[in-house]
Amino acid sequence: MTASANGSHKPAHTKPAAKPGRKVRFKVKRCDGPGKISRWETFEVPIEPGSNVISCLQWIAAHPVTTEGVRTTPVVWDANCLEEVCGACTMVINGKVRQSCSALIDAYAPNPGDEITLEPMTKFPVIRDLWVDRSRAFKNLTRVRAWVPIDGTYNLGAGPRERPNDQAVRYVLSTCMTCGCCMEACPQFNIEPDEAAWDTSFAGAHAISQARLFNMHGTGAQLKGERLDALMGPGGITDCGNAQNCVKVCPKEIPLTESIAAVGRSATIHALAKWFTGP
Amino acid sequence: MAQQRVIVVGGGLAGLAASIRVAESGIAVDLFSLVPVKRSHSVCAQGGINACNEVARQQGYSEYEHFDETIYGGDFLADQHPVLEMANWAPKIIDLLDRMGVPFNRTSEGYRDLRLFGGSLFKRTHFAGATTGQQLIYALDEQVRRLESEGKVTKYESWEFLWPVLSDGPDGRRCVGIVAQDLRTMQIRAFRADAVVMATGGAGLVYGKSTNSVICTGAALSRCYQAGAAYANPEMIQVHPTAVPGADKLRLMSESARGEGGRVWVPRRKGDSRPARQIPEAERLYFLEEKYPKYGNIVPRDIATREIFDICVNQGMGVDGQNQVYLDLTHKDPEYLTRKLGGILEIYEKFVGVDPRHEPMRIFPGVHYSMGGLWTSFTAGNYNPAKPQPAHKSGSVPACDAEIGRGLLLGAPNNMQTSIPGLYAFGEVNFAFHGANRLGANALLSCIFDGLFSGVSVANYLANGAPSMAPAEGLPQAEFDAVVAAETSKQKSMLDSVSGADASDETNPYIIGREMGVEMTAACTVVREESRLRQCHTKIGELRSRQRRMALGDAATWTNQALSYARAVGDMLTVAEAMVAGAIARKESRGAHYRADYPERDDSNFLKTTYATFDPASGAARIEFREVDCSLVLPRARTYGRVDKEEAKKPETAAAGV
Repeated sequence: MTASANGSHKPAHTKPAAKPGRKVRFKVKRCDGPGKISRWETFEVPIEPGSNVISCLQWIAAHPVTTEGVRTTPVVWDANCLEEVCGACTMVINGKVRQSCSALIDAYAPNPGDEITLEPMTKFPVIRDLWVDRSRAFKNLTRVRAWVPIDGTYNLGAGPRERPNDQAVRYVLSTCMTCGCCMEACPQFNIEPDEAAWDTSFAGAHAISQARLFNMHGTGAQLKGERLDALMGPGGITDCGNAQNCVKVCPKEIPLTESIAAVGRSATIHALAKWFTGP
Repeated sequence: MAQQRVIVVGGGLAGLAASIRVAESGIAVDLFSLVPVKRSHSVCAQGGINACNEVARQQGYSEYEHFDETIYGGDFLADQHPVLEMANWAPKIIDLLDRMGVPFNRTSEGYRDLRLFGGSLFKRTHFAGATTGQQLIYALDEQVRRLESEGKVTKYESWEFLWPVLSDGPDGRRCVGIVAQDLRTMQIRAFRADAVVMATGGAGLVYGKSTNSVICTGAALSRCYQAGAAYANPEMIQVHPTAVPGADKLRLMSESARGEGGRVWVPRRKGDSRPARQIPEAERLYFLEEKYPKYGNIVPRDIATREIFDICVNQGMGVDGQNQVYLDLTHKDPEYLTRKLGGILEIYEKFVGVDPRHEPMRIFPGVHYSMGGLWTSFTAGNYNPAKPQPAHKSGSVPACDAEIGRGLLLGAPNNMQTSIPGLYAFGEVNFAFHGANRLGANALLSCIFDGLFSGVSVANYLANGAPSMAPAEGLPQAEFDAVVAAETSKQKSMLDSVSGADASDETNPYIIGREMGVEMTAACTVVREESRLRQCHTKIGELRSRQRRMALGDAATWTNQALSYARAVGDMLTVAEAMVAGAIARKESRGAHYRADYPERDDSNFLKTTYATFDPASGAARIEFREVDCSLVLPRARTYGRVDKEEAKKPETAAAGV
């Protein structure tokens, strides 16, 4: 049930027999800050049972010496929960975007001589090394009004009742961590250094899916029109090129392409209604 | 008058709930967080959130029983009035979260579904799959994003809290702002505020590997403590019975796995090396079910943890002779498991590579939660019985109803205020509510309750307290500049250490941090004992002297994570010292604090809050004890219906998560 379409998160059902005391080579793309030239550094890291990319980066932080014997600085990266539920530690590992906490070394580099490359995501500006600035992904949640407009926090009783089937759909959509995988993999989503252009460049699959999530909620639907208006302009739903990469890389297996299709249908109806009744 | 401002430090459930409530009162909020708030540690909470509900109510449950369970679960160390108010608010909080759109699991009629959790015989835990914390924080994150878009909340994400700014006025010392650092540009600057809310979570990283996220160092708590705020019950650390050991952290396996029927066992025959599924039922030892027939696998965490320890460490009966026991769900329907527990089973599958629907999980206890934290005060509400009540019996009329204000006076400015006026502590960093042991699914509740309930207290403090006479805006700039200068100089001396780096383990901050974690885990977790604690105290002193000579591995003046970590190591050592000092001083066993040399609870001497204050001269904690508010429920023996088959063996000193 956890195997995603590209198989990168497919769990091994038997524990691979990793040799104790073996070492794995890490090639890390490093960059000292915005506008600085990137460079590669290589490290050899001893592996223990259950090692993942995070534990290896932690080891490098304590022993920052390259394979050439050159003393360097600890690698900078973003991480928090280490349980693949916060989204922070997303990076490009062996060419594929994913969370580094759930990247187990035994699965990635089972054989002697295997190498693991770590690179920052390319669709967001690098802060330093593997840490990128994903504020744009959060800004896009504001753009689609990804919230339920409640009447404040006073005690006003329960929310709307919900059928379990609807809850099941909303729950999956609501597990989106804003990790950035779907944006990294999307050919239509490109790095945009100009913050002023964020509101008119492609919102990304995650934001469209969040619009669907809140449109499905009894009270959240109050803002459905505003959400659809936001997604019918430039950088909205029509910018999707239907490459379907997003759904393949989503670590939470959110049906992003279904969401895009659903919001597309709603947008068409919304546009027709506006055309007949006026805005 | 200038716009009043409140600073909230920490963007987890407590910080977000506080931001919402304070912003609603028309006060500007500046919200500081080490990470984008959506990535806060609250996402890791799995099982659910407790509240009395209509079904349980009709079966004889009540808010009052929830209160009674929480007090009993905490081994009577929690002040009782705040816990009563929290339990009374729980159903209202669930309703609010429901209105915010949290996808709580539903029954076929569309009502909120419920599950069983530790320390209760009633289903009173609401849940959203097995990622309830994630779902709750997302709901609050969305509301804060809405307030942000309306200009009512300003976020400072990737900023680190460095120190509180305190000002001496006619009414004494109070908190008037903070100094913080942008972790990208490394800019250090002061921010003024009429009140500061600390919502910075627990201190699990002091133990190295724990179930906590990497930001849960306790550094923010430590800095407030060093600045003069009292630290209460530092020795009370919850070790969760079921964690999955990993190379980088211990991953939580939620209590909901047991709530949904998970059974804990080991082979009856020591050294039985057959695969789990080939061991017949009769040859399995379900040690929790045998010893606690009433609660079985859902005994509270401290008890389950000690029993697992005893089986593995003292009796040597762990699976494959190692420190691990089975947590078995394989008797349940796999589809049911996916629906109810999908998120956590997926974590196990992803990180261990085995499907727990078909193979029993291998688990061991791990450091999980800090019951202790910044000491806070409160104003009791209007329920004050002539004498404390005996244990509440399910189905009997509750001693007190659930009206607002029974436990605490709503809006009293001192509610959840630390020993420094103007400095509040909400959520895990607040010591209130959980006593000596937290019940499962009460953490999310206490975080949100603090924010919503005591957010009103913060607003009232601004309206009627010192800030109404002397707003932070009007205080002399020099008071703020002095703290910035102190932090800048601290940073400079750390950066200067880089040139002298001899690259030895002796002065490596990462190695010092790791050694602290190993030592604290070995000496100050499940079973504690005086001589071992004293040895640990000495080791912390050694690490402290090494930390003073620390050599940084990175001189960068842009995005220097090594600097931030190294700075935190010093603060973590201060927290560790207080934890150990508290553990030495408390010569009894209570809740999570088990002393092999004092195995009984001693109410006559230690039914008291450990009150630690920082002594700047020695860098160590001064420990005092303060009375606990026990005016509502009479303390009683905490047995959970234990049946002793043989005389309990005295356990050896043992450690978690190794």
